[in-house]
Amino acid sequence: MPAPLMTYLVIPLVKIVVILAVVILLAAYMSYFERKVLAYMQIRIGPNRVGPRGWLQPIADALKLLVKEDIVPSRAEKLVYFLGPVLVVVPALLVFSVIPFGPAFKVAGHVVTPYLTDVNIGILFILAVSSIGVYGVILGGWASNNKYSMMGGLRSAAQLVSYEVPMGLSVVTVLLMANSLSLVKIVEAQQRSGVWYVFPGFIAFFIYFVCGVAETNRNPFDLPEAESELVAGFHTEYSGMKFAFYFLAEYANMVVISSIATVLFLGGWLPPFPNALAALWASPALAWIPPVAWFVLKMAAFLFVYIWFRGTFPRYRFDQLMALGWKVFIPVSLVNLMAVGLGVLLIGGPR
Amino acid sequence: MSWFLVHFAQLVFYVMASCVIAGAVGVIAFRSPVHAALSLLASFLGVAGLFVLLEAEFLAAVQVLVYAGGVMVLFLFVIMLVKARAIPREPQYVNRLVPAAVGLGVVLALLLGAGMWASVTGAPADAAALQRVAGAQLGNTEAVGWSLYRDYLLPFEVVSIVLLVAMIGAIVLGRKEPGKEGRA
Repeated sequence: MPAPLMTYLVIPLVKIVVILAVVILLAAYMSYFERKVLAYMQIRIGPNRVGPRGWLQPIADALKLLVKEDIVPSRAEKLVYFLGPVLVVVPALLVFSVIPFGPAFKVAGHVVTPYLTDVNIGILFILAVSSIGVYGVILGGWASNNKYSMMGGLRSAAQLVSYEVPMGLSVVTVLLMANSLSLVKIVEAQQRSGVWYVFPGFIAFFIYFVCGVAETNRNPFDLPEAESELVAGFHTEYSGMKFAFYFLAEYANMVVISSIATVLFLGGWLPPFPNALAALWASPALAWIPPVAWFVLKMAAFLFVYIWFRGTFPRYRFDQLMALGWKVFIPVSLVNLMAVGLGVLLIGGPR
Repeated sequence: MSWFLVHFAQLVFYVMASCVIAGAVGVIAFRSPVHAALSLLASFLGVAGLFVLLEAEFLAAVQVLVYAGGVMVLFLFVIMLVKARAIPREPQYVNRLVPAAVGLGVVLALLLGAGMWASVTGAPADAAALQRVAGAQLGNTEAVGWSLYRDYLLPFEVVSIVLLVAMIGAIVLGRKEPGKEGRA
């Protein structure tokens, strides 16, 4: 087999298959995890019928959705109705192509990178691709020809566009500190400076994660679906596999937001506290844990916080949501950006 | 196989270019405003692909982020709010505009032809210019940053002020006068 074919076709294809399989399984099991954790928070038991302790529940759910009848409302815009779930799933999965799950390592003389690619505009690529996901939501809501769906779609468009701004601004503070847009380089910069960016940039971190929750339409910002007022909003009319696509995209997006938060603020695959003090006692003891495990652990912590939010907070009102985005987060993140910029200029960033 | 590898960039170019042109044609050909907006989205994404081909990856990302992710979403938002369904088929009073359109089309075609002639006969375009900062090949992001914030700082600031004025104007025009129609 010629070498370029191997490097540019076969290896990426294998990686794509692995990443897709892991992400889709993770999204499916996230739903199980969520039901189980919520159940314990509410002193219930949760799913426990399919398989031991209900472990096969997500598989059963997926099979059920797969064989269910696919209903299209008679006055829906057929093409756009079909396009909605596609436009929401594709960006959610595409983003995983640049997320670094671990550092490059050597196996039998070959350098293996546990990520698909490291483009030098990594974080911009993620922001750009995930901004396409809005279309799936608003087009799905519009094409269903249903007032609830339409309201959900409109709410979602307003919410996503508003919260993208403070989210972008808080990401910029990390870029200022790391001096690069590449996700791998951002993690390496945190390794060099010996401090995770969550400590110098804790305001940016807070704003990023809250905006991330809003961007994924999760509690307490789940206005676009708000069951009690909009009957599940933009995906009211969707059934079968198309509904499963919206479901998959929502959970995949939660994994995306958690992964980016991990990479930008919690040092990606780095073991905890990479500073000199910890190196004395902690690092040798923790050295046997593979970097990918740290990444997964940090990401899982964020995913747990998502569920925790859902079990804890009541839903915002829509005007409160908009006021929070425009009157609190955008000014605060702008001032924070200036402060961080000044700090980087004066002392040359965290070290 | 080797032919495929050699001509891969050209193949990508033709796919992207046809996406841009087909999208642009769709914008004026579709009768439903939502379909037209989606068509414009396809065109924008094609342009982003062309930017990637020119190794201007920062411009590509910003193209998707700003035009596809921001501007077009607001377009769709407005279209959905005014409930514009498909335009009914009726005679449109554009016949008087046909000579002007033909004239403009000929001028544009001539310009395009001249541009293509110049690109075929002249020296090949310097694609690396999109990544050059002060003589060094740094990358597209750095190159854009240097041109905006160093080489063309004053025009950039003037443009931002003009945009700010336009934004304030839009808010003033779009605002209901307080006290006239109940709560604004």
